[in-house]
Amino acid sequence: MTTNDFLQIGVYLVVLLLLIKPVGSYMAMVFADSPNGVLRAGSPVEKLLYRLSGVRVDEQMGWRRYAIAMLVFNMAGMVVVYALQRLQQWLPLNPQHFGAVTPDSAINTAISFISNTNWQGYSGESTMSYLTQMLGLAVQNFLSAATGIAVLVAVVRGFTRRSADSIGNFWVDMTRSTLYILLPFSLLFALLLASQGVVQNFRSYVDVPLVEHTVAVETVKDDAGNTVKDAAGKDVSKETPVSTQTLPMGPAASQIAIKQLGTNGGGFFNANSAHPYENPTPFSNFLEMLAIFLIPGGLCYTFGCMVGDRRQGWAILATMLLIFVPLAIGAVAAEQAGNPALHGLAVDQQASALQSGGNMEGKETRFGIAASGLFSAITTAASCGAVNNMHDSLTPLGGLVPMWLMQLGEVIFGGVGSGLYGMLAFAVVAVFIAGLMVGRTPEYLGKKIEAHEMKMASLAVLVPCALVVICTAIAVMSPAGVAGIANPGAHGFSEVLYAVSSASNNNGSAFGGLSANTPFWNVLLSVCMYFSRFLLAIAMLAMAGSLAAKRHVPPSAGTLPTHTPLFVTLLACVVIVVGALTFLPALALGPIAEFLMSAH
Amino acid sequence: MGRLIRSAVMMLLLMTVLTGVFYPLLTTGLAQLLFPSQANGSLIEKDGKPVGSTLIGQAFTDPKYFWGRPSATTPQPNNGTASGGSNLGPTNPALTDAVKQRIDALHAADPANTAAVPVDLVTASGSGLDPEISPAAAAYQVPRVARVRGLSVAQVQAMVEAATSGRQLGVLGEPRVNVLKLNMALDGH
Repeated sequence: MTTNDFLQIGVYLVVLLLLIKPVGSYMAMVFADSPNGVLRAGSPVEKLLYRLSGVRVDEQMGWRRYAIAMLVFNMAGMVVVYALQRLQQWLPLNPQHFGAVTPDSAINTAISFISNTNWQGYSGESTMSYLTQMLGLAVQNFLSAATGIAVLVAVVRGFTRRSADSIGNFWVDMTRSTLYILLPFSLLFALLLASQGVVQNFRSYVDVPLVEHTVAVETVKDDAGNTVKDAAGKDVSKETPVSTQTLPMGPAASQIAIKQLGTNGGGFFNANSAHPYENPTPFSNFLEMLAIFLIPGGLCYTFGCMVGDRRQGWAILATMLLIFVPLAIGAVAAEQAGNPALHGLAVDQQASALQSGGNMEGKETRFGIAASGLFSAITTAASCGAVNNMHDSLTPLGGLVPMWLMQLGEVIFGGVGSGLYGMLAFAVVAVFIAGLMVGRTPEYLGKKIEAHEMKMASLAVLVPCALVVICTAIAVMSPAGVAGIANPGAHGFSEVLYAVSSASNNNGSAFGGLSANTPFWNVLLSVCMYFSRFLLAIAMLAMAGSLAAKRHVPPSAGTLPTHTPLFVTLLACVVIVVGALTFLPALALGPIAEFLMSAH
Repeated sequence: MGRLIRSAVMMLLLMTVLTGVFYPLLTTGLAQLLFPSQANGSLIEKDGKPVGSTLIGQAFTDPKYFWGRPSATTPQPNNGTASGGSNLGPTNPALTDAVKQRIDALHAADPANTAAVPVDLVTASGSGLDPEISPAAAAYQVPRVARVRGLSVAQVQAMVEAATSGRQLGVLGEPRVNVLKLNMALDGH
């Protein structure tokens, strides 16, 4: 690794840490029980929204009602996104005249966007009308993120409320998340992106003349759709001269802002944040990386404020960083080392003052190695899934890091809200294990952890794990699953494992070679995305419901303090042990096997 | 349950207006006001007509031009409506073959140059539209372009430097050379 590689990682971490407290305390004000400056400023709009939708602000919901409101709201969003895709050819704002999306792809995309996954089987610039992008996809970017924050706030109330039968009001939490956090942050961020060159307009695509004409090569197909072969058995191809280039346009900056801030990750363009119109400069890239961790990181501080002990928030954040930093450095180092397969060729992969060197396949020159490897680690630690380089072309170990970060359950920062409530499930498991060691009843944040809480926490931890392992097995045993694989050997298995890990942890990034826009893959991944997202949220709300009903237990001599380096280490170990035990065998068949073969 | 469904539908409708209509329109208005050139694609205009974008690379194979990053888009390279990478894994023989072919093409265009080729010049970019190459990849091509165009190496080097940007804020990203700007400058020379 070069000095600049370390410098770029260091600058990122310092700026992030400086922002945690201001952003975290602002969000704590948004969810405060009593009125304050922030809430008063937005109250006319907020009240109007409640009045028009018949929401009673003072209604307090038990966990069941809270969960049902969340499910119904998300289901309504899913129906709208599906309908927009199926009807877009008859609707306005479709200057490129795109036709209806196929049913299996439309349902996959609808579930993908409501579950904050933003897995994309389609290609943005050649499938979705501006209307579908704006009213369907962009809206769910906001609402799925707001849902995540709402559930988190409700779960935290489970710890803070005493002998209570309610955990808040879903509509209020969702509305406040959108109105005070996601919208203003996104507007500011979108303008910063536009200043760097991210497009934001409603123009049709622009044709420009090419300086040097090029040639389009397409394989010839017969009427049945089979490729025509010549006498030697090779595909016959047709060459057409091309003299213009079509530049895509659209309201990209507004959507990219929330895609990063809401850990959504669904690109406006197919190449996502590798596209120069989606991520034009190293500075826009830095901002996009910062935006991914901003809210999940800030929420740790918010959590500390809400439970009345900021050290609890810092301890969770420290645990996340303890796992993230070494893995991020590992990803950059693996990519900087280059691709051994090119060693015998006349290729210079050495870093120097004039080039970043390393494994540049699938990477952009302006980002080089450090800004690409770091982005890959960030986007998979958080359940964002935006990519600024093609993960399928990462080196075996460079690809293992993002895959494993997803498999850890998206709790290292994780999705907005969902990352932290996932981590709280691990924290409950950690205090339980510590309780077993010393023979005391485990407590966390003044609440006794008993059988019901353990069941729910275990469910939250194990559902994504089970989905990954079972659905990967189904995919590699079905001809329809294997048919999508693009790369030969162990790497082909990695493509499948990556796709299922991504969907089952609501990440959304891909080893893009896999042809996943088929009925088999669309359905399988829809199941993974839906159940992982909502089973986990319901389990955590159920835990919150039972915790809220309990009395507060004052700390005693037998209580394990949960803000100490000891607890941080214990929590990190629990996360790593679960992730390693579950996935090491599968990883051995994919990236580890590929690494051993390429290094021989 | 009825009241809940009504609230859900109304809330979704209102939020759609807020985040799906109001927000992108406000962003568009402000972006067009504050950063009109950037928000409209950073277009290069000649006689009032767009002739390219500083952010979107074009394909070059003529020895008189600087070549950019290889592009894996289909059916033609640097296809603006189908961005994407090759998605070839590191151990895929197809990747090694593609790199070999690109090295051969560079050698065929300039047999005298036997230096190792900078990696970004023989590997496909992530977007397939990468507008830039590393300064090393530009330096590798300077003698060829100078010879074919009958210019001095120093003249071409000066034009490369004019198209080069350093790390942003001194730290972020990588130094890079904008290929389209450079080739347009060469044509106008």
